Amino acid sequence: MKTHAAIGDWVQIKQVVLPVGERAPQVPEDTKNTPFLLWVKGFAQQEANIGETMHIQTVTGRALEGELVAVEPGYTYGFGNCVPELLAVDNQLRELMRGEQ
Amino acid sequence: MSTIVKSNAYADVLSRKNEIMKSAIGIDYSVFESGSIAFDYERMMSEAGYGLEEIQKIQSQTGVGNTPLFELRNLTKLARTFSKPGYGGRILVKDEAGNPSGSFKARRAATAVYHAKKLGYQGVIAATSGNYGAAVASQAAMQGLKCIIVQECYDSRMVGQPEILEKQRACEAYGAEVIQLSVGPELFYTFLLLLEQTGYFNASLYTPFGIAGVETLGYELAHQCKTTLGKFPEQVIVTHAGGGNVTGTARGLTKAGATDTKVVAASVDLTGLHMASDTAFNKKSFTTGHTGFGIPFATQPDRADVPRNAARPLRYMDRYVTVKQGEVFYITEALAILEGLERGPAGNTSLTAAFAIAQEMKEDEILVVQETEYTGAGKHPLAQLTFARENGVEIVFGNPDNEVAGTSIILPETPQQIKARDFDLNKARRSYIKNALTPYADKVITNEDVQFLLDDSRAEHTTVNELLTELRISVK
Repeated sequence: MKTHAAIGDWVQIKQVVLPVGERAPQVPEDTKNTPFLLWVKGFAQQEANIGETMHIQTVTGRALEGELVAVEPGYTYGFGNCVPELLAVDNQLRELMRGEQ
Repeated sequence: MSTIVKSNAYADVLSRKNEIMKSAIGIDYSVFESGSIAFDYERMMSEAGYGLEEIQKIQSQTGVGNTPLFELRNLTKLARTFSKPGYGGRILVKDEAGNPSGSFKARRAATAVYHAKKLGYQGVIAATSGNYGAAVASQAAMQGLKCIIVQECYDSRMVGQPEILEKQRACEAYGAEVIQLSVGPELFYTFLLLLEQTGYFNASLYTPFGIAGVETLGYELAHQCKTTLGKFPEQVIVTHAGGGNVTGTARGLTKAGATDTKVVAASVDLTGLHMASDTAFNKKSFTTGHTGFGIPFATQPDRADVPRNAARPLRYMDRYVTVKQGEVFYITEALAILEGLERGPAGNTSLTAAFAIAQEMKEDEILVVQETEYTGAGKHPLAQLTFARENGVEIVFGNPDNEVAGTSIILPETPQQIKARDFDLNKARRSYIKNALTPYADKVITNEDVQFLLDDSRAEHTTVNELLTELRISVK
């Protein structure tokens, strides 16, 4: 993963919207002990390294500032691992339907 | 733009809620208000919304709606093997995944974005972690408006549900700016601030035109049934979260003349998981269509991001059932294996309940499942179950009745174990009335308020009277 952003790079920044101690009164305890965080992507307006302050312009044209957390962030989730239980479900369904065809 | 510098402090922004909302939605709700509990719901729907024909025209301009309705013959056959002789209703599905953004939410977004453009807004904002985000982004792309989607996305470690991450990607694919947030109700604060700073339109899920957008769904399916099978369906089953799907579909059925069709709502049972908990956030495998939205939105509809929610599910539900996460994964698998349709999983909540309810129906009766949603990386049983396992949730075969949300996902040992568990609607009605009356404890309300509560909840008069006494409220 790239750790340095050049001007014009697609990057992701993080902002602390509400620090611990300023969370809404109704949030449960576990949440209260964490800050309320925001992440957003845009084009870098300056050079910076991961962890440093970065100014970006978002795709709607907004100028925002925050901590640089990723340079050229991609999408890393997928279809997951093999789940053998679902294969067992498939076999059971085929077996049940065999008698019905 | 105002030249006065406004404070962005949490409490200050929330205190500006009404003025921000008013300029971001273009509806003066006060004209429908009575000044107390009652408001003129039907007048709001007809004056602030659009008529059915107008909606059909708006939707057809962007390729929304007119999705196919087809019979799930193999699932029906399977359900019949567990039914008594002569029973096992015909299960049909409306393939809403065929909409431009892959779900029925395109119907709501089409009207909301059309309306925003008509009023001259430069952009739209929607707060949603669900399919609605992609729907608004897709419509904004088609209609040439800017778009910001606000998502509750990650826990505080920046670990995100694969399903929500996929929805983020879809929004970005349609050119939207996505604001990703950690867990908490303060999302509303960020949302208000964005509306105020950008001057964009609040493409809320709960406006009259958003809900009217879903009416075409109920209308179409009633006519499709009548044309191809010669009658309206006996029952329509709707996945229920915020209430708009139930409300819009039921209103559309009525407009089509299908007044005898029973409307059943279904949610995934996530009882016990706190929706604002940072640690519970990634323990659930369904991010919508669950009881964590379904029950609060039924019993307190005006908790939404508009002053008066156009989704009033208790007016329209004839029955409310819950199913378990493991059962929905099983049926999602069955839909792919037996019917050759890879859809969902969250959208298959109503299908799961339908599988059980069909067994209560006679063979010549029709049960329509009114939606499907697209599937893909992240939004898939394999991705969801893998993520659940990584987060310590046990996945086993057993009796789904024993599933504990956040701890286990229990796949049924046989599809015969799949159940539609009745949620006591009278309890929901009572709770709705109590929520509405509580701010008026020791005060006076009007006869109009009482009538509104009866219409809005379909509760018995005695329930209202009991609560009036309990809260020492008099009626003038």
